[in-house]
Amino acid sequence: MSNEGVSTNAPTPWPDARAEGAAPPRKTADLTTFLPIVGPVVLVLIWDMVVRFGLIKAILLPPPADTIVALISGMLGGPLLFDFWVTLYRTLVAFGIAVALGMPLGIALGSNERAYRSVEFVIDFFRSTPASALIPLFLLIFGTSDINKIAIACFGAWLLVVFNCAYGVINARKQRIAAAKVMGASRWQIFKDVLIWESLQASFVGLRSAVSMALVIVVVAEMFIGSESGLGHKIINAQQVMNTKMMYAAIMSAGILGYALNVAFLAIEKKIVHWSGR
Amino acid sequence: MTQVINAPMIVDVPRPHFRPGPLGTHITIRGLTKYFAGWPLYENFDLDIPKGKIVSIFGPNGCGKSTLINMISGLIPIDSGEILFDGKSLKDTTIGYVFQNYREALFPWWRTIDNIAYPLKLMGKSKAEVDRRVEELVDSFDVKFDLNRYPYELSGGQQQTASIMRALAPNPEVLFLDEPFSALDFEMTLFIREKLQEVFIKTQTTMMLVSHDLEEAVYLADQILLLTKRPTSIADILLYDDPRPRTTATLSEASFIATKKKSLEIFQREVRK
Repeated sequence: MSNEGVSTNAPTPWPDARAEGAAPPRKTADLTTFLPIVGPVVLVLIWDMVVRFGLIKAILLPPPADTIVALISGMLGGPLLFDFWVTLYRTLVAFGIAVALGMPLGIALGSNERAYRSVEFVIDFFRSTPASALIPLFLLIFGTSDINKIAIACFGAWLLVVFNCAYGVINARKQRIAAAKVMGASRWQIFKDVLIWESLQASFVGLRSAVSMALVIVVVAEMFIGSESGLGHKIINAQQVMNTKMMYAAIMSAGILGYALNVAFLAIEKKIVHWSGR
Repeated sequence: MTQVINAPMIVDVPRPHFRPGPLGTHITIRGLTKYFAGWPLYENFDLDIPKGKIVSIFGPNGCGKSTLINMISGLIPIDSGEILFDGKSLKDTTIGYVFQNYREALFPWWRTIDNIAYPLKLMGKSKAEVDRRVEELVDSFDVKFDLNRYPYELSGGQQQTASIMRALAPNPEVLFLDEPFSALDFEMTLFIREKLQEVFIKTQTTMMLVSHDLEEAVYLADQILLLTKRPTSIADILLYDDPRPRTTATLSEASFIATKKKSLEIFQREVRK
């Protein structure tokens, strides 16, 4: 019987994102519900053992309990919270600008294949260049200001948005376009009723990678000299003064931020691109 | 004097005089030419499609059955030639098209009902007109499933039914059907075939049906258009005029069997050539 319960649950596309929501209406609560927490529990146990038996010095790896306390107290109005918000703010601003500038351009390029072919190499080249390699260049241009961090993150995210939106339009199902055409739709009507929608699936892949990219670059940029805030700054500072408890807490909060952004985008994607994968 | 001596003469090749089809012709195709990768698929192809009849197109693989209706419906550009609908060009003609692959024909971002209404909205109809026409279609198709659902929530047969409703919504002058049954199970094929016949009896809409199932092609047809291998020409046009509504009993009528047999003979002759 318990096997049947598992199979009815199976088609959910993103089980881990759902597991945190309301529990599925099922009477026989079987152990499979707890499978996702096995990994974290085992990891913390190993961590604890390693510290307890002195395999790694406590100065390099503090006990998990201490770290988690530092994380929670830091996030609840402590020193971490401010940096967390700053990093989130920079990431979202960079991402927002990247989307506002990148989506229209990507869609325009995608619907004009000749234009896309002529800039394809440039986009592919910069997309393949690690954006972090450009941080010193941006430092030269924008200085060590807040704008610098946002600008470089925005640039990295923008490329991903442009590329994926263009790709989505180019790979729109030819038959759907034909269907609209045969019904007498004009070029503009095909564009707004078919192409834009068709591109959404690929666009969302772009948006999700773009927000991750923005976070990565913001955190790296915050580690550079001259930064006064942000999780990257916190991590580097804690490391300099060997406050490893705080360092691990800051790393974990950066992880939480990245994970939360990903889950949020999957949820938005599922809501907007409801036909995805069907 | 500015006259050039011995100027080259540029003489226009006279266009062949347009030859109209016989009385009752709906679609006139003249001098249709289409090359694919340097090879002729159609060369100087002439065809008359009668008005208010169902024409089934049947022929060897790769002879361009679908290409033919795609060229007539404007989905594939032609190299040269002329295609007229009652003397009008395509842009002055309302057509409907039903694709084989219904999954990629409907728009999954809209509810099924909005998909059906889409061609009416394209024509600029008012909300009231759209609602009235959709209701009419729902009645005549005796729809038992929820049209407020998204297409991907429906079964294959329901999706194809919705596709046909969408194609018929603007009261098209011609309905093109590109293997509309081949992605469906047998039960749905029978159901949709009957619906099509019903619609045809009611509206007398000219239909062009591409089929790879000879029985189905003959069953629905007034004319069976048999094509040759490429470069494609007309192998034969068979008339089949058993009365409608045709039923399962029709399938065992002598005239049905004879038409099917004749079609098969011509088909085999063409394949062996």
